[in-house]
Amino acid sequence: MSTDTATAVAPKKESLFSKKNRRLLTDPLDDSNPITVQVLGICSALAITVQVQQAVIMSLAVLFVMIGGNVIISLMRNIIPDRIRIIVQLVVIASLVIIVDEVLKAYSPDISEKLSVFVGLIITNCIIMGRLEAFALGNKPGPSMLDAIGNAMGYAWILLAVALVREVFGSGAISFPGMGQVKFLPESWFMANGGFYENNNLMILPPMALVTVGVIIWIQRARNRSLIEEN
Amino acid sequence: MKALQKLIEERVKPNFEEGGKLNRFWVVFDALETFLFTPGHTTAKGVHVRDGIDLKRTMFLVIVAMVPALLFGTWNIGHQYYLSIGEITTSDAWSVMFLDKVIVGAIKVVPLIVVSYATGLGIEFVIAGMNGHAINEGFLVSGMLIPLIMPVDVPLWMVAVATAFAVLIAKEVFGGTGMNILNVALTARAFLFFAYPKQMSGEIWIHDVMASKTGGVLADGYTGATALGHLANTVGQPVQGEVSNGVMAMFADGGMFSLMNCFIGNIPGSVAETSALAALIGAAILIWTGIGSWRIISSFIVGGLVMGVIFNALALNAYMTIGPVHQIVMGGFMFGAVFMATDPVSAAQTNTGKWVYGFLGGLFSIMIRVFNPAYPEGVMMAILFMNVMAPTIDHYVIESNIRRREKRLSASAAVA
Repeated sequence: MSTDTATAVAPKKESLFSKKNRRLLTDPLDDSNPITVQVLGICSALAITVQVQQAVIMSLAVLFVMIGGNVIISLMRNIIPDRIRIIVQLVVIASLVIIVDEVLKAYSPDISEKLSVFVGLIITNCIIMGRLEAFALGNKPGPSMLDAIGNAMGYAWILLAVALVREVFGSGAISFPGMGQVKFLPESWFMANGGFYENNNLMILPPMALVTVGVIIWIQRARNRSLIEEN
Repeated sequence: MKALQKLIEERVKPNFEEGGKLNRFWVVFDALETFLFTPGHTTAKGVHVRDGIDLKRTMFLVIVAMVPALLFGTWNIGHQYYLSIGEITTSDAWSVMFLDKVIVGAIKVVPLIVVSYATGLGIEFVIAGMNGHAINEGFLVSGMLIPLIMPVDVPLWMVAVATAFAVLIAKEVFGGTGMNILNVALTARAFLFFAYPKQMSGEIWIHDVMASKTGGVLADGYTGATALGHLANTVGQPVQGEVSNGVMAMFADGGMFSLMNCFIGNIPGSVAETSALAALIGAAILIWTGIGSWRIISSFIVGGLVMGVIFNALALNAYMTIGPVHQIVMGGFMFGAVFMATDPVSAAQTNTGKWVYGFLGGLFSIMIRVFNPAYPEGVMMAILFMNVMAPTIDHYVIESNIRRREKRLSASAAVA
């Protein structure tokens, strides 16, 4: 792989894309997925998955905040006094979230409005605080960045999967930032026009997001039996 | 019968047993065989006394108890249809055009039953095959209940989707028959209620009523709304106002929704929920055979009556002035009390718990339907809510039982 650029970041001892470090990227996608295995960040996963475009923007926002937070905290890890580390982490995350919020308000006000408080609530997203505490405080910036990307991606694909299911079955449409919502089902299919089809209103409601996440967890554990807890 | 059994034992069964050609389909064969004949199993360990009545016979008796409601519902679909197009009037005897009514009803009901069973049993067979355990017959009753609580003209694919959702999410996820927290049939109904509200409320309770309306042939003064649908209009209206008086006239003696009509059930509604009489016949069968809990059924009814009396005393709108007996014979209350609340899996298990469970279920049913016109059928919500509460009720019953015994123990120890 691109070992020459990697050695510049983490010299001598270990390449950035060593096997161990690559696991930082891939593990959160499946084995230690923040949503389906660690069950963190559930609130936002339920709240902003009605449309794919919101989920995409939310995922990007979380990706940005996580990379920024993990790298900054990792750089400062040796100078942060242990007793006030949570406060320091919060200040860093909050600043990053404010940047995201302002950018969204400036460049895509309608999506910013739809995401409403959930951009601000990224601050309280347990995934971010969890990774700062568990990883960035004890590791170098390079691996910390990989860890951030991995976890943000693990969060993102669940969000996108849930949003896709909900939007397709709930609104009969698909959306993407900059593209708006495209209704792909022909109008003549709908009962109001004498057709046979009707959108599933329950998909729009939050309970169905919970069920959808549950079904993803079910499928995941059926494929990956090591995740099944023993009672 | 003996010859048939012998034929199956000797010629058919070996094909399915270990080493046979059709061993893969053993679960299917096993399910059908035990459905037809009393299984020859004996218990492997523990207690060796087995009752002749097993899960399949229990389920079958519940279906027998549902037959009166089903037959009445079939007739009523046709009855309402011919009323709506003006071929008959309410003063005609029930036997007028009897055969035509039953045929219209059967055309609507049979596909609902077929779709419900095909979807539900299909999923059960696949899952049992995947997990390699015997197919259990938990869906026999649910599969019959689902079509009975549907509006007549609900699209069949919606029934299939709702059935699949209920079987998978309400039952298989929790471990299959006997492990479900919620009543499966009501989950299917609740799914449809929230997923496709347009097809589940309003004037949809009569076969073809929408088509008749646009065609302009709907008989004068006939609407397709249910009793509860009409009453919901009075919420927020003054008690003696124009709207309230108009609606209340329908509920007076001789009106479309008079006490007698609501009891007999020749009014619009879901397939088989309209008749309190048919539900009561079912209740008699269930109680006589010892399958349905008389505690739940009676306390459910008492709960509804108590709430009706309380509303009568308050009388804040016309809906509240409906008599308590009238309240409990309308809508799906009796059907829910007899066939839904008594579900032995999702109901409370302790005897005291059953009283509390039934009473609160009846109470909430009437409360929800009167307070929230958006949910005219409060029975569904109330029973699902009590399903969720049932383990908590049982917990406190058991706890208090333990405490009482502890007290008795320490009292007798003190005496000694």
